[in-house]
Amino acid sequence: MAGTTAPERAGTSKGGGTLYRGDLGMWSWVAHRITGVLTFFFLFAHVLDTALVRVSPDAYDKVIETYKNPIVNLFEVGLVGAVLYHALNGIRVMLVDFWAKGPRYQRQMLWAILGVWVLVMIPGTYFMMVRTVSDLFGGH
Amino acid sequence: MSELTLARPRTPRRPAARRNNFELYSWLFMRISGVALVVLVLGHLFIMNILDGGVHRINFGFVAGRWASPFWQFWDLAMLWLAQIHGGNGLRTVINDYARKDATRFWLKVLLYCSMVLIIALGTYVIFTFDPNITD
Repeated sequence: MAGTTAPERAGTSKGGGTLYRGDLGMWSWVAHRITGVLTFFFLFAHVLDTALVRVSPDAYDKVIETYKNPIVNLFEVGLVGAVLYHALNGIRVMLVDFWAKGPRYQRQMLWAILGVWVLVMIPGTYFMMVRTVSDLFGGH
Repeated sequence: MSELTLARPRTPRRPAARRNNFELYSWLFMRISGVALVVLVLGHLFIMNILDGGVHRINFGFVAGRWASPFWQFWDLAMLWLAQIHGGNGLRTVINDYARKDATRFWLKVLLYCSMVLIIALGTYVIFTFDPNITD
């Protein structure tokens, strides 16, 4: 990955010394790290809460209720967004690594996955939030 | 002349370089498990959060219905193991990159490996011993 952004660097305005730092590829890498670490921490909590099915149906249902809280519901949208980015960028990383033309198209592929991300997140957010929003503001 | 004979006197003592391909296999594992996890995790998130009312329909009965099928049991088991090892290996890399002291790096990794073993063991135990008729 490190060398793949080097040729593009010449065209940018900031100094010519750094090949990789500050370029778009760096930010895709930073975002990949952050989404990955956040997901790993969530997974830790999620396996623990699911393990409550082994304690009692009541204990499990009580904890799962927190997932239906409006604020937590918003965090779920964030989680899905983070995991979706990590998945799409992971596919991009594999294409850069294994596809002969991958390094050449890494920048276009980043814009492509961001486009896919937006296209999936719009209906995704709607379906994740519709129940919460109608409960809060629907007046039923 | 004398400085030429001193072979890097300040080089810190460190274990000899690994003579195996661990990091290569770790790199390869991230990609292979990544492909599987794209399907497993995005499928899981789609079913649990988006499809058919999403998270609002999840309760003990819902879990019991899903784990009645060996297909979903295997799905969740594969997802658990792959996600923990994939995520654990990712965090190992992050710790290696940012921990500045050897002791910090060591203890963070001990914590990481303990949490991985705990989560994989607990999750596997729960999937294999799940009892839909458990009484309160």
